[in-house]
Amino acid sequence: MGELTIELGAVLLLALGLKGLAKIRTARTANGLAALALALAVVGLLAQQGLAGWPWMLGGLAVGGGLGALLAFRVAMTSMPETVALFNGCGGVSSLLVALGAMQLPGGLNLLGQVSVLVSVLVGAITCSGSLVAVGKLKEWIGTPRWTLRPQRHAINILMAVACLICCGFVLKGFTLALVPLTVLSLLLGVGLTLPVGGADMPVVISLLNSYSGVAAAAAGFVVGSELLIMAGAMVGAAGLILTQVMCTAMNRSLTSVLFGGALGVAGPTEAGSEGKETYTNVTSCSPEECALTLEAAERVVFVPGYGLAVAQAQHSLKELARLLEQHGVAVSYAIHPVAGRMPGHMNVLLAEADVPYDQLIEMDVINPDFPRTDVVIVLGANDVVNPRAKSDPTSPLYGMPVLEVDQARSVFVVKRSLGSGYAGIRNDLFELPQTSMVFGDAKQVLQGLIQNLRELGVGKVPVASGKGS
Amino acid sequence: MSGEIGLSQALWVLVLGSLLGLELIGKVPPTLHTPLMSGANAISGITLLAALTLISQAASPALRAVGAVALGFALFNVVGGFLVTDRMLAMFRRKESS
Repeated sequence: MGELTIELGAVLLLALGLKGLAKIRTARTANGLAALALALAVVGLLAQQGLAGWPWMLGGLAVGGGLGALLAFRVAMTSMPETVALFNGCGGVSSLLVALGAMQLPGGLNLLGQVSVLVSVLVGAITCSGSLVAVGKLKEWIGTPRWTLRPQRHAINILMAVACLICCGFVLKGFTLALVPLTVLSLLLGVGLTLPVGGADMPVVISLLNSYSGVAAAAAGFVVGSELLIMAGAMVGAAGLILTQVMCTAMNRSLTSVLFGGALGVAGPTEAGSEGKETYTNVTSCSPEECALTLEAAERVVFVPGYGLAVAQAQHSLKELARLLEQHGVAVSYAIHPVAGRMPGHMNVLLAEADVPYDQLIEMDVINPDFPRTDVVIVLGANDVVNPRAKSDPTSPLYGMPVLEVDQARSVFVVKRSLGSGYAGIRNDLFELPQTSMVFGDAKQVLQGLIQNLRELGVGKVPVASGKGS
Repeated sequence: MSGEIGLSQALWVLVLGSLLGLELIGKVPPTLHTPLMSGANAISGITLLAALTLISQAASPALRAVGAVALGFALFNVVGGFLVTDRMLAMFRRKESS
């Protein structure tokens, strides 16, 4: 009974942890909860099975945990993706080894156990070698060899997969030695699948491999008969899959094109036109939902309205969004560039029309020093007036034009219909900054989407006396 | 050793766990993509439970050694994963409050 309580407690903590990790405010606590869940699970298991073999346990604990902690504290924040990949690969190795070891246990395994071992070996090995290739690519130790981009690679991968399945068949027939070729082939398959993927797409692949390592853990759970392990593995597997999808959407890529499309820019001489979507390589896009989540956690928000806002007739929606955020306790202001709109002061007029209090409209020179302590900037239909190139690139036609220094803010959302160039026809470096996310769509629709998402998050629920009247 | 739980029961747990995972991760702000991935990755190191079971049930020192190595890899994943996630999230916190 005590063990059941512990297991249920661990599952509950894991669920709370995963859920909390998806929100900025709770993320750190949630991470701690998940860690606590794992500690609890270990205590529960040890209470159940005793401490037989404790020197081995202690050894594994000291070496693995020690090295992990060492790496975690020393690694630079810039190399985070490859670190996660490395950790992930080690999780894969662990599942692989456990499964191989379980085959040798006295008493043997029933059919379910054997199938689980095979799944665990296969997925664990793919996770392991795939993650290591990902590490190498992110570190730029290995590139994308040209031969890996030939269409024949699919045939080779399929061939290896089939060979893996044949090996599985042999193992089930009792030829345990077939585990050796199975392991080798699975490792090669992991390499074959990951090597053609371009470095820019690697985070997606790591996320997918992370999902795989959850599957491998669940399979290991079947092998040793641990429901907690099955549950946690399945949870991570499913959550990893969703996260992969979310990341693909944010990068404007589909999962199939990431996995099977090969590296971008290596495949052939696809020189893009002088101005257009292709000239931007590192653009992050996100949905209004994600933008709303960031807004909900912000303390200081600045809107940068531009001509696009006026074209979309979205100033009333903008005002509504601002009021919602103010009810939530967010400090809202509007940064007005001298040439916002199509003539000086155009924007002030447009916003005044929408009943925006004019003391919230801040001139460029006044608001520029405030951007470094601004949490979120939302650029609505403005482009050239927020282009950092005007400060940095003397050859740019924009050079010398005073701009709103939104690139100093912590996060920037640019609401735009497409990646097309601005009025002046100049590429905007802001779009490629790491803190910038593009929200594609019509300004009015995006704003209304934001309002709706914030309402769903419970923002503005608190009854405010003046809220209803106007 | 997998006789302790029945197939149908194990499959139920698998299905419920998957649904739970799908349900928990819905909307994620892009800022949190990396920490979430890293945190979920640390959780997947829960195969350390299987490694512990392997060590305790193993008959030979060789098998115990395999279990210990598996345990080491899993713990590398778990300890490193949680700590590194915490480091990332601590940065967000500082940025938010400053």
